[in-house]
Amino acid sequence: MTAAARVIPCLDVDAGRVVKGVNFVDIRDAGDPVELAARYDEQGADELVFLDITASSDQRDTIVDLARRTAEEVYIPFTIGGGIRTVEDARRLLRVGADKTAINTAAVRRPELVKEIATEFGSQCCVVSIDARRMDDADAPASGFEVFTHGGRTRTGIDAVVWAQEVVRLGAGEIMLTSMDRDGTRDGFDVELTATVSDAVDVPIIASGGVGTLEHLAEGVTEGRADAVLAASIFHFGEHTVAEAKELMAARGVTVRPPQ
Amino acid sequence: MTAPRVAVLDYGIGNLRSAQKTLERAGADPVLTRDPEEVAAASGVVLPGVGAFGRVMEAIRETGVDEIAHAAVASGTPFIGICVGMQALYESSEENPGVDGLGILPGTIRRLTSAETRIKVPQMQWNRLDLHGESPLFSKLPEDPWVYFVHSYAPEATDDVIATCEYGGTVTAAAARGNVMATQFHPEKSGRVGVQIITNFVELCRDPAFSEPERSAGESVDAAGQTPDPAWSERPERSGKQ
Repeated sequence: MTAAARVIPCLDVDAGRVVKGVNFVDIRDAGDPVELAARYDEQGADELVFLDITASSDQRDTIVDLARRTAEEVYIPFTIGGGIRTVEDARRLLRVGADKTAINTAAVRRPELVKEIATEFGSQCCVVSIDARRMDDADAPASGFEVFTHGGRTRTGIDAVVWAQEVVRLGAGEIMLTSMDRDGTRDGFDVELTATVSDAVDVPIIASGGVGTLEHLAEGVTEGRADAVLAASIFHFGEHTVAEAKELMAARGVTVRPPQ
Repeated sequence: MTAPRVAVLDYGIGNLRSAQKTLERAGADPVLTRDPEEVAAASGVVLPGVGAFGRVMEAIRETGVDEIAHAAVASGTPFIGICVGMQALYESSEENPGVDGLGILPGTIRRLTSAETRIKVPQMQWNRLDLHGESPLFSKLPEDPWVYFVHSYAPEATDDVIATCEYGGTVTAAAARGNVMATQFHPEKSGRVGVQIITNFVELCRDPAFSEPERSAGESVDAAGQTPDPAWSERPERSGKQ
C-alpha cells in the first residue's frame, strides 16, 4: 500500500485575513488566505486547513466567501474549521466547495453533531478537532491528556483518548489533534500524545501544534505515527517551503507525494 | 481556439463548483445542467458524484439524468464520470445491493478491503497511479502521477481499467471504454496532475475524430488484449455528432 504522509499548511483566518498566534497572544498578519493557499498548492501541499477565529458574528460570512474563493483558485482539498455549530453551518461551507469541515467545541458541547454531519455528508467530510493538554493533577483523566475547548482555555474533564474513540464511533472520518502545550512554542509535536491517540483509533490523525523545524514534521510521522502533519508559521513567513518539508521527510524515510 | 462547451450533469447532489472551475482552467466552457437539449449540444459531458451510491442513483433517476447520460454516451461525445459518478456508470454496488447502476460499463462496485493488510476505509489520501496501456486521458502526465482519492468503494477489475492504485491490494483508479472515461479519484482536487487530466479530457472534446462512431463503438482499451465484453459489443452503434 502506498500511504503518503500529508503535509498540511494551516491558515488561521480572522475576518478574511490570515493570522497566526504565538500562544494566541502575539498575532501577526501573514496575508491574503487565498493567495497563500495557491502558493502552497504550487509548492506541493497535500491539503490546506483554514481555521476561522473570527470572533464577531457579523463577520462570520467572510469564511463562506473564503471557502468559495479558495475552491475557485486552489485545486487541492481543503478543510474549514471554527464556528461550525450546526449541520447547516457545515452545509454552507461544503456547498461552496470546502471538502471537509472541522468541529471542536461544538462537538464537545453536543456530540450528536458529529453523527449528524457524518450522516448528512459522509465521514470523509467530518473532521473532529481535539485540543489536548497534559494534566497530572487529581482531576486528570486516565491517559493524562485532557480535552480543552474554546481555543484551549476551557477544561472539560474529558480524556482525549476516550473522546477520540467516541467521535470515531459517532462517525468522524479524521482527527485533527493539537497539543495545546506545544501550540505556538516551536518545540515540536507532542509525539507521545499523537502516538497514543493514533494507536487508539483507526481513522487518520493530523498532528498539530508546535512545529518549529522540518525535523519536527518528520517526527510527527516516524514517532507520532500521524497520517498527516500540520504547520503554520514555518510556512507562512517563507522560512521553509512545503517542497523542502517533503524533501526532508523523504530523507527520513517517510513516504510523501513528491511535488509535481 | 474556442472553448468547447462541456455539460456538467447537475442532479442536485454535491458541490459542482470545483469541477466547473477546473474545466474553466482547462480551457472549457462548462455549464451545470440537466437539460437534455443543452447536454446533447455539448462537446463533452461530466458526471460528478459524491455520497452513497444508492442516494446518487436515486437522484440521477429522479432528475432524468439517467436517460440523459445514456443518450450522451450513445452519441459518442466524450463522457467522464468522476468518483461516485464513475461508480454510477457500472451495473451495481456492494454499498447498496439491489440498486441498479446505469450499466454503461460492465461490472460491480466493491468495498475496499484486504485480507492481509489492515487498511483505513475510506481511502482519503493522495496515491500514486499505475497506468495501464495508453489513454489520451493520461497524456503529458509526470512520471509517477499522484492523485487525490476519497472513497470506500471502487469498481472491480474489468477489461476497461486504465489505471490502478495500491491500497491494501490493487484498486481500480480509472477506466475507459470508447468515448466513456471514468476516474475514481478526484482530478479537480489533484493539483497540477488533475488539471492536466481535465485538460486532456477537454482536448478530446475539441477533437472531432474522437467522437466518430468507429472510434466510440465497442472499442476495447484493455492492455492485456482480452476480448471486449459481449454485452457491450451487442450495443447499437452510436452515431457521431458531426
